[in-house]
Amino acid sequence: MRTKGVFLAGVAILAAATMTTAVPNGGTVSGKVTYEGTPAKQKPIDMSKEPSCAKQHATPLTTETVVTGPNNALENVVVYISAGAPDDSTPPSQPAKFTQKGCQYLPHVLAFEVNQALEIANEDQTSHNIHPLPKTNREWNKSQPPGTPPLSEKYDKPEFIPVKCNIHPWMHGNFAVLKNSHYAVTQGEGSFTLPNLPPGKYTIIAWHESYGDQTQEVTISGNETKTVNFVFKAKPY
Amino acid sequence: MGKFFAVVLTLIALASAYPIVTHMYVQPVDISTHGHAIDEQLSDTMAEAGFAFLGAQLLLAFFVWRFSNRKNGSKVKHLPGGAKLMVATAFIFVGTEVLALGVLGQKAWAEVYFTAPKQDALQIQSQAGQFAFYFRYPGADGKFAPLHPDKIDEGNGNYFGLDLANDVEARDDIVTAELAIPVNREIHLLMHAKDVGHSFYVRELRIQQDFVPGLDLSVHFTATKTGKYEIVCTQLCGLGHYNMKAYLNVLSQDDFDKWLKEKASEQ
Repeated sequence: MRTKGVFLAGVAILAAATMTTAVPNGGTVSGKVTYEGTPAKQKPIDMSKEPSCAKQHATPLTTETVVTGPNNALENVVVYISAGAPDDSTPPSQPAKFTQKGCQYLPHVLAFEVNQALEIANEDQTSHNIHPLPKTNREWNKSQPPGTPPLSEKYDKPEFIPVKCNIHPWMHGNFAVLKNSHYAVTQGEGSFTLPNLPPGKYTIIAWHESYGDQTQEVTISGNETKTVNFVFKAKPY
Repeated sequence: MGKFFAVVLTLIALASAYPIVTHMYVQPVDISTHGHAIDEQLSDTMAEAGFAFLGAQLLLAFFVWRFSNRKNGSKVKHLPGGAKLMVATAFIFVGTEVLALGVLGQKAWAEVYFTAPKQDALQIQSQAGQFAFYFRYPGADGKFAPLHPDKIDEGNGNYFGLDLANDVEARDDIVTAELAIPVNREIHLLMHAKDVGHSFYVRELRIQQDFVPGLDLSVHFTATKTGKYEIVCTQLCGLGHYNMKAYLNVLSQDDFDKWLKEKASEQ
């Protein structure tokens, strides 16, 4: 009897060890992130102190702390699996790309993995000094004159990191450093898809820079698609 | 050789003084009610320094001319009183010059820095922070809401740290990156330093004032010509000091009212 128990335990461990982070033809979690209420007004950005950037925007850019889409869609929400999937032991070989263009950070929210290469480019005629503000990772800021090659950095701990430019106070962005590849950042319609999930119980978190995060649990048993929606409460101030 | 040196010295002295005396140096257009007084003071300073300079150089040239090619062994005469008299003379000359400049200039200085602004001056607050200037107008309630540094959120455009959620009087404050003012109206510019020392300088206004962290400073001025003028930071404040500037936009009263209304709608 004990031998059988040991044998079964051995099989379970072997099965777990062979389980990869993502499986083709696995299950999918998808859904939409929306808001209810009135979000804070986004203000136009006056870039007159930096004429080379100001002239790139015929209509001034607005702040991007709450970006909305049609039908109350909420953009720039990072939806990711925080529990239930193993951490990636090696990060993707492709670098995550962040650029400074027209005195704006693109994309506004960049999601990538722990120890994944982060490449920061300056496409502007002016110098920037990028300053991410982590609380657990190492804090640094780097000057980047125009025409210099992209900077390369990486973070070794998962964290949501606000990013600012020391020279241009209106520039603002976010890094989402995550533990595995199961993540998506919502865009226009507010929708997200997390595919290739092996069977299991998952904790999904939706994070927004102004509204914080929300958590939901979902169980995948085969290759079905489960719908998980998030609704954030928006406030005018 | 000595006499040649004396001639060259005299020519250089005269050539240096010429552009000053004929006011060949160009000054930026004066758009301020106190600009004329400041410019006069500058001219007076140039004149006084110029006379002293010319006097000293010509005196030097005279001595070089007179006493060059002296034969070896000839007696050197000394001015009576020796060094003590020389030093005393220097003190008196330079002292008088400096005192004169001070006495003549104190009126211009007092007009700018020691007189209070008029009661109906338009109050605008400016904040200097690494590395941009932002400005705040009090809005319809005529009051500046309190500042909360912990609420500063530049990604949201909240550069001053207004607590919009809790301070109702903050909701009508108008925050801009441009200092627009109506022409011919006295402006009382309150100055708040967000982090380190900065300085407000508009050369056409003939005004410069440091922002000092922790001090409530202000300047007052009246602009007399419409147009766009540069505000530059003139106190080294960090790696972005070279990039720190804003624009003063002097508008007609009507245009200013329109501008302020537009900015209010963007808040």
